[in-house]
Amino acid sequence: MFKLWATIVKDVRVLLRDKVGITLMFVMPIILVVVVTSIQNSTFQLVNKNKLPVLICNSDTGQASLQLIKTINKIGMFKVALVNSDNNESLMADAMHNNDALLGIIIPSNFSAKVEAKSKNIAGKALTSFGLQTDTVKKVGDVDPITIYYNPVLQESLRLSVAGGIRSALQLVESRETLRSLYFSINEKPLPEELENEMLNNKAAINEIPVSKDGTHTTPNASQHNVPAWTIFAMFFVIMSLGGSVVREKVSGSFIRLKTLPTNYWVGILSKQITYLGVTMVQAAVIFSMGIWLFPYIGLPALNIPSDVFALLVVTLACGWCAVSYAICVGVFAETQEQCNGFGAVSIVILASIGGLMVPSFAMTGFAKDIANLSPMHWCLQAYYTLFLEGGKLRDVLNNIIPLIIITIILQLIIFWGLKRKNLI
Amino acid sequence: MAVTVPLAIDIENMGFKHPGNTDVSFVNLNLKVEKGSRFGLFGPNGAGKTTLISLMTGLLTANEGHIKLLGHEMGRQNVNSINKLFGFVPQDFSFYQEMSPVENLEFFGAWAGLDKKTIKRRTDELLTILGLEAVRDKQVQKFSGGMKRRVNLAIGVIHDPEIIFLDEPTVGVDVQTGHAIITYLHELNKKGTTLIYTSHQLSEAEDLCQQVALIDAGKIIAQDSLDKLLKVHCQETLEHLFLNLTGKDYRN
Repeated sequence: MFKLWATIVKDVRVLLRDKVGITLMFVMPIILVVVVTSIQNSTFQLVNKNKLPVLICNSDTGQASLQLIKTINKIGMFKVALVNSDNNESLMADAMHNNDALLGIIIPSNFSAKVEAKSKNIAGKALTSFGLQTDTVKKVGDVDPITIYYNPVLQESLRLSVAGGIRSALQLVESRETLRSLYFSINEKPLPEELENEMLNNKAAINEIPVSKDGTHTTPNASQHNVPAWTIFAMFFVIMSLGGSVVREKVSGSFIRLKTLPTNYWVGILSKQITYLGVTMVQAAVIFSMGIWLFPYIGLPALNIPSDVFALLVVTLACGWCAVSYAICVGVFAETQEQCNGFGAVSIVILASIGGLMVPSFAMTGFAKDIANLSPMHWCLQAYYTLFLEGGKLRDVLNNIIPLIIITIILQLIIFWGLKRKNLI
Repeated sequence: MAVTVPLAIDIENMGFKHPGNTDVSFVNLNLKVEKGSRFGLFGPNGAGKTTLISLMTGLLTANEGHIKLLGHEMGRQNVNSINKLFGFVPQDFSFYQEMSPVENLEFFGAWAGLDKKTIKRRTDELLTILGLEAVRDKQVQKFSGGMKRRVNLAIGVIHDPEIIFLDEPTVGVDVQTGHAIITYLHELNKKGTTLIYTSHQLSEAEDLCQQVALIDAGKIIAQDSLDKLLKVHCQETLEHLFLNLTGKDYRN
């Protein structure tokens, strides 16, 4: 026990004097968590609070186009500004650049006339079908398309939701015109505004409720999504210090000297695991604390810690142990510190990518989804999401912890084989 | 009646080949080193000195024959009980440069199986003897080469071993440090410690070693007391004897 304690003290001393390693393990992930959460939060605010700036060039002079602009305004997603671009793409592009607008909409010149004609046509068809009209309904041409220009930085999901919003505004305008035509044809007087509003705006409400395992309905925010994900990334970043420390011991000859002493080198490996598992726990504690107490001060949503704190501790321990095992494994096989740091950093980014830290794994399909299962970060992330987003308990994350522990045991066996093969134990 | 001298090292018909490497191999090698002696192992680069020391310290395992340290057979008995018998001072600075001499000695002392109290006593003793008392709490990475050599030596002898393997313990140090290290080794030997020493500094070796073995291409080409070898081969110094037996061609 004294040998293990002395080795832990040695590892802590070496770690505390490795300033670059400490910076990489703590400062970089903290910056990453703050930056990524801020970016995602600002995207969220852009859509929900700040509104997307949109320029509308109305080449039409009729009522339907004015009604369309009014409806787009009412959606609540957009901050509308009117411009004159003469129906010209390059002029619209310039206007978007000059006004920092992400979207530009051009309403064609004959929009109202065509919508009106189409509405009358549909109303006529309806009356014929009811047997209230005997005249033949003449065919009319389609309404010219509305053109939407968008800044390429706009993510596809956001773009689709914008297009959906504008489509529903357009449908409302067309429905209004059809309703008016129909009413006028039957009653030979305009549709009363009160009735019109009642018919068009009296839509069934939609309730959006996040589904959770504990029955609570807390809406997830950018912090709930990002803090756990980047905490995992930070934990795996211990490779920069731990992997390097294993390589340094090999290169300096300390390994050889230790082998000639009456102590099994597994004491050294166990000490490194305990020391750096402690480091990963501190990393998680620091990042979670920042999420809880610091984020609200810098305008970010506060992180809500899961109700099952014991499950959170178990998941964090399992995740940290896996990260430490991976770092030692790379350190055992790397010949130089450069090899260890280079491979370590790149492999962590790859594991993070396939594990769903950068692209959500639910968005992956087929082969990519199968590959995700090989990344320990995938299982860590699923476990954290179950706790942070779904309000899960320990029993809900067992199916994530078990594969994580299996991967860790495999890594431990590889470490043993590597040390044996290199005649280090 | 012949007096049987106890042996520190007893190698019998030892065979060894590096896996996948044909550079150095030993066939039927025999070597006996008396307990309490100062034994020098010399040879040109690539002759097999480091490999032989690695075999004697258990870092490598012989394919054939026996290696015994103070009667304990390597590979047969518990590694930890054999490892307590000897200390190893490698040519490289094999310690933690981020730590101070005291911190290094605390750690390696624990691994050598010493208790806390003994570690403290030995640390104080060694730092005083080797002139490191003033820098006991400073990080080793800021030390000169000579100071690092002394730290390297102190770690190798912290557990007061019966045999010490020294692989070029004075390489790259100034005359004063070299002299201090050799003087300390003499003192250890007076207390009964067996020294197994290897170096390319042959004048220093002449002062230290009573018994020498010359090794070349994995074979021991001469072994006896230094005086006898010089006499038999009609040479004045160890350097002349070395060149006479191993030739003047470059070795890689």
